[in-house]
Parts: sequence; C-alpha cells; structure tokens
Amino acid sequence: MKIIVPIKRVIDYAIKIRVDASKGPLGVELKNTKMSINPFCEIAVEEAIQLKEAAAKAKKGDAEVVAVSIGPKQCSETIRTALAMGADRGVHIETKPDVRGDYIDLQPFGIARLLKGIVDREGDVDLVLMGKQSIDSDCGQTGPFLAGLLDSPQATFAASVEREDDGSFVVERETDAGTETIKLKPSGSPAIITCDLRLNTPRYPTMPNIMKAKKKPCETISLEDMVTELGLDLDDVLVPKNEVIEVYEPPPRKEGETVESIDDLLGKLKEKGLLS
Amino acid sequence: GDGDGDPLRAPRESMPYDVVIVGGGPAGLASAIRLRQLSASRGVDLSVCVLEKGSEVGSHVLSGNVFDPKALEELLSHENDGEGIDWAEALGESQDSVATPVREDRFLVLTEGGGLAIPNALLPGQLHNGGNYIISLSKLTRYLGELAESAGVEVYPGFAADEVLYGPSGSVRGVATKDVGIGKDGLPKDTFERGVELLGRQTLFAEGARGSCSERLMERFDLRGGRGADAQHYGLGIKEVWEVPEEKFRSGLVQHTLGWPLQTSVTDRVYGGSFLYHQEPNLVVCGLVVGLDYENPYLNPYKEFQRWKTHPSIRDHLEGGTCVQYGARVLNEGGYHSLPRLTFPGGMLLGCSAGFLNAVKIKGSHCAIKSGVVAAEAVYDALAEGDGAEERAVAATGAIDPDEECKEVTEYEERMEKSWVYDELREVRNCHAAFSKWGVGGGLAYAGLAAHVLKGREPWTIRHGASDSESTRPASEFDAINYPAPDGVLTFDLLTNLQRAGTYHEDDQPSHLRIRPGGDDVPRDVSVRVYAAPETRFCPAGVYEYVEGDELVINAQNCIHCKCCSVKMPGGYIDWTVPEGGGGPQYQVM
Repeated sequence: MKIIVPIKRVIDYAIKIRVDASKGPLGVELKNTKMSINPFCEIAVEEAIQLKEAAAKAKKGDAEVVAVSIGPKQCSETIRTALAMGADRGVHIETKPDVRGDYIDLQPFGIARLLKGIVDREGDVDLVLMGKQSIDSDCGQTGPFLAGLLDSPQATFAASVEREDDGSFVVERETDAGTETIKLKPSGSPAIITCDLRLNTPRYPTMPNIMKAKKKPCETISLEDMVTELGLDLDDVLVPKNEVIEVYEPPPRKEGETVESIDDLLGKLKEKGLLS
Repeated sequence: GDGDGDPLRAPRESMPYDVVIVGGGPAGLASAIRLRQLSASRGVDLSVCVLEKGSEVGSHVLSGNVFDPKALEELLSHENDGEGIDWAEALGESQDSVATPVREDRFLVLTEGGGLAIPNALLPGQLHNGGNYIISLSKLTRYLGELAESAGVEVYPGFAADEVLYGPSGSVRGVATKDVGIGKDGLPKDTFERGVELLGRQTLFAEGARGSCSERLMERFDLRGGRGADAQHYGLGIKEVWEVPEEKFRSGLVQHTLGWPLQTSVTDRVYGGSFLYHQEPNLVVCGLVVGLDYENPYLNPYKEFQRWKTHPSIRDHLEGGTCVQYGARVLNEGGYHSLPRLTFPGGMLLGCSAGFLNAVKIKGSHCAIKSGVVAAEAVYDALAEGDGAEERAVAATGAIDPDEECKEVTEYEERMEKSWVYDELREVRNCHAAFSKWGVGGGLAYAGLAAHVLKGREPWTIRHGASDSESTRPASEFDAINYPAPDGVLTFDLLTNLQRAGTYHEDDQPSHLRIRPGGDDVPRDVSVRVYAAPETRFCPAGVYEYVEGDELVINAQNCIHCKCCSVKMPGGYIDWTVPEGGGGPQYQVM
C-alpha cells in the first residue's frame, strides 16, 4: 500500500498574527514568525502511519508513506518532522524564497495540479491523505480539486478511517448534520481522504526516531524542474486564480463598561437601543 | 508504553555520547562547536549532543543585548582552517538580523518628569561600549545552532532534561528527558512516550540563569558551600521589541537609565535600571531590570516597566511604533561572590547556570560563550588525550565504557579563574552589595570608586546577606502602589502583551510549577496573609492568581520560563520543573 501525505508549512497555530497595514494584501507578517507543520496535515501523517502499522500488524503486506511538501527550503524541516513520526521518505518541491503559500501565490487549484503530477510520477498510489484545510488560507479545496483532477473517490472531514481487506477505505465524516459513513471502493485512482481534528492525536517524535529520520531519503527538486518534468506550465501552478484584495487585523474588542446598579444597566441598554 | 507493568516506570532507551550538553543557548552551543572544532583539528572524534527545551534553538533566549564580540571572535577564529568567520556578516545572511555597531552611549538618571545625563568620562570603563554591537541574542543563538549542526553536533530542540542521572559512585552520568503524553490526571495517554536517557562521559549544564538541573546539582554537590559563596541574587529583566518609524530611528544608540521609577530618592535600595537600544533596520529594543531583592511586596516589575515607558525621555523613542515581541527572564546579579564551584564528578556548569554575568557592565553573553570555549577545551583534554583515547571515544565505539570513571574536570575551573571573565567579575565584586546596603546614591558612588580606583582590589568584602525571597518584607509595612492604567498604545495590560511572547504549552499535562511537598498551606498562610500575594505581581506572565481571596490558581500554560517564581516566591513554595519539551515562549528577535 502506498500512501502520499501532502504537508504544508504554515504560521504556528499559537502565534498571534500581525498585519502590516502598509503592505496591503501582502500584509500578513511572515518574517520572524514561528512556522510549523499545519495541524491537520500532522493529523494526516499520524493517520497514514497508523494505517501502515495496522497493515503490518495484520500481516497485510508492506506500506510506504511518502510525505510531500511544496514550499521554501525550510520545508525540509517540516518533512523531517513527518519522517520522525514514521513516514518512510520525503519529496520536497522547493519554491523560491519570495513565493508565498498563504493564499497569495500558491493556491489550491495550482497545488492540486502539482499533486496530481506527483501522484502520477510516483505510480501505484492507493491513498492520498491530507489535512482538511490549512490554517492560513482556510480554503479546504485542495483535496476535492485533486479528487476531481484524478477522477478519484473522496471523503472529506474524516473522523475515522478503516481499511478493508479488499482495499476499500471506510470513512466516518463529520458534517454539520451529524456523522456520515462512506466507503471508498478501489477504483484505479487513489482514494482521497481529508482529515479533521477528531481523527487522531499525533504522536510525539522521539529522539531515537528523529535520529533515524536523518537517514531517511528526502528528494529535493525545484518547483521549476518539477513542473518541467511533469509537463505542466509554471503558470498553471503559480499564477493564482483568486486575488487577495485586502487583509486587516480584526478591530480591537471594545472595553466593557462597569455599571453601578440595575437602573444604570437598564439606562445603558435603552441608550443603545437594545431595549424597547 | 510497556504492556506488562506501570508504563511510567518502564525502562528507558539510552543514547550514549562522549559529551551531553543541557541547554542550546550561547554557552552550550559554543562548547559544542569548540568540541567539534577540536575533534577535527586534533584527530580524536568526540560525539556531542545538545538538548534544548524550547521548540527551536533560540526560542527561550532573551537578552538586552549589547554584545562584546571578543569571545565569539575567539570561537570563530578556529573556523575555515584558521581563517575565521565574519560573525556579523554570517549572522546577517543566516538570520536576516543586523549586528548594529554602537555609535552613541548615553547614561541618564531619570526623575519623574526629567533627568540628567551622566557624562561618559565619569562612567566606569566597563560601561563604555565602543567596539560593541547591538544584537538579538536569540538570532545569534539560532545562527550558532546552524553552525553546530553543520559541525556534526546532534541538536535536539523540543526535548526537556527532567532528571539528572547518577552512577553508582554518585557521579553524574547524563540526563533523562521528560516523559511526554501524561494527562493532567497524571495518567499516561495514548501518545505517552517514555523519556530517553542521554548518557555522557561528561555532562555540561548550560541552562541559563536558575537552571532547573543546575540548581539541584548545586544542592547535591554543595557547590556554593564548597567555595564559601554567597547565595545568588537575581534581577528580573522584562523586555519589549518595537518597530519604529524611520524618523525616530537612531542606529546604534545605547541608552541606560537609573532613577525613576525604581529609585525616586538617593537612598532607595531597589536595584535596577533600564536599557534602550536602536538596532537596524528599524528596531528599538528596551526593557527594565528589577533587582529581586526588593523589599516592598506591592512592587510590580511589569507595571514599573510599563510606566517607565511614559517618561518623556523614553516615550519619544517609541511613539508611532508597534510592539512586536514581549518577554522576561531572570539574570544573575551576584557576580564574583556568588560563583559556586564549577565542577563535580561527571560534569560542570557553564554560562549563566554558573553565574558569570557582569551586572555592572550589564553583559553576560561574552562570559557565557567564553565559559563554553574553556569548558570544551578542558573536557576535550580530559577525554581525548592520552593513550587509547580514540578507542574510548563513544564516537568510535558507539558505547560508553562502563569501567571508565566519570571524572571531575577541575581544569575547567582553574582556567576560568585565570581568564578575563574572573578578572572582570573581581573588579566589580562589591558593587551590587553596595547598592543593597546603601541605596542607589551610595551604590553609584561605590561603583564609581570601584571602577576608577579600587578595581576589586579593596581588602573588604561587602556580603550579600539574605536570599532574594527572604528580602521581601511584610505587606503591613507598605502601602499598595497605584500604577497607571495601560493606554493600549504605548503601555499594555499584561495578558495582551503576553500574546507577543507566543508562549503556549500542551494543555493536558500536569502543571510544571509544583508546590513543594508539605507546602500546601504556604500560599494562603504565608504569601497571602503576610505578603499580600506578591507572586500575583512579580510574575511577568500572569501565572499566579488567587480566587475567592486565598485559593491559589496556577495558570501554568502562561509560563514564559523566566524563573522569577523560583527566586522570589514567599517561603519558596514553588519547585520549578520542566514542562513537556517544545512549550514555553517562541522568542524570535529577543
């Protein structure tokens, strides 16, 4: 079984985002900001490794987990994290330092095109496991686009994934109306599953595993070279379909007012037209 | 975890090295780099591992910083076959951070609305900054981390050293990293991973001021008693980094102040002052250091810092700018008389864990780096010289010889005593104590005398007396201090500012700030009743809160690992232990 896990390097989820108003649509400050693996991508890596371990335990043959990342040279560290968790090998498609992945230059459709090329290049891919969305652009589109391009069965917002003996994947999906269970049957194209928060808790990379990860292979290839190899146009990947018009920080929360008595409270509510 | 038994007690995997270094700061990385330089030049390879509890190298590093590059230049002179590296250029390329030459040195004594400048000629030579650079120490440390990795050092950020490991004879044989994946209830979760034992023929502790392992080692080996040293004294340094408009920026300006708000009369004994530096391209880094031997439990170091910014001489530098980072860390102020013995069987203390910061010069990074270099050279001589050294190296064999004794490398301390580090510290050895005894007026006078005339040669020693925690006096002797409210533009409330430290910890883990055994009543009976809960004021991260009057709540998640509570807590009721690795602040430009 071969599983591809695309992973994205994004601003760390706990960091307070700063917007430089003078930079217009490019205002999100990336310089001197801590970056980490997208939390939903990390969950996808964990799920892939769990599927691999389950297959090994049930003696259902070997599985290979390949982590793929598209971004600047520091993405190799993101791939190392995935390798330290248990992925077998990495592919790093390196972009130039000024290319932005946070919905400015690289956008879901372009990424999906690139990923399709990588799936074809790898060959024999059974499953592409990805995060349901990235926490910078929050689109949630790359998985469905990829499924469309590959003509693949897909299940998004997975809260649980099981593999059956015949190679199908049974997925429980989180929806607004409740949980839905879907079976993705083997189809000649890899199944596409995007992962939601409830799916698993990613393991801690241990020191011995970090050491082992240093020896695992990671192929680095520039975006330009990869695009040429895949027979794509660089514009297909880099020219965004959507344009960011404006970025701004949410307005600061107004300070609350303390009132001295119930009468004062009623007075204030009436003043603001909240009481008839 | 282990299926047949308590997973919390399962045997740990061990990873052997020639040298294990606890702490990936300037001292730890300098020693790692030097060890690998020596491995390359002298032919016997030693394996080196550095453990760092921050999520990245540099995440937990905070400092002013006006940098004296002499120790770094010495370290880097060995690179490139002796050709050296231009550190400022390398720092710029690697970290996009500019080491800005100091162009102007100002020293002011502030009053509430004004102040006077002290001419440079009157200041001690140690305070002159010609040839020094304004830097971000966090950025420099990140650069050193890269250098270490390319030299073959194994650097592991995100791993906290929780336990010192001892051999049968009581010598130190390494450290164990903290178990991870334990819930708030103390039980292992699905993600539980047992810690790993890092074994070293020598273990170097470079955890910064008030290091958690270092303090335990000092107790266990009685390192202070062994040298007749005073207790260590600390200051709390609180810092902000601002981006300022071009018209406000004055590259290379270094400004230090005494006086308002900490000292408003000549006899005020609160030790401390401010710093404010202009660093390329458009940064003003500034902060306040408050001596933690202060007596008034109502003193709020964070709020003193905020109101200091409103002074006309200060606000002028910041207005129109944006605050981009916030943080705090304790620093050593005890100097020469608080230095412990540096070595013990199996290991030694480096950098601020030992306490080399020169509180008069307001610099410690150059001493930390130098101590790293000296330690590496002494350790290399001890481990890699003599017959059979190559065969004994873990780098060659992959294992530690169980029959080899973990030596005490006393050479390290002997060489440090002869180095310029100790010379510098001896010169100013009585200054801090003079402040404590005679207040800012007397202290300044003494510092001037010491700097220009006595230079440490005075035959008397002014002793430090009580520990910082013991110096706090009961709240009944003071009135509460009325601090001005923050305006949200120049001054900020603590929790808003805290976001700028980027600190977080895994939610579901036991609090790393532990009440000492038998200390359950101390918060209510001592801290609240006698001292009006000073921890609610001195913690720069809002960790300690009392609800319903006297019920303690510890918001351990807010912690920025400054160690102030481990120093100043009434009754010392807190034991500062490491949380899961990777947590804590995310300093980038500190």
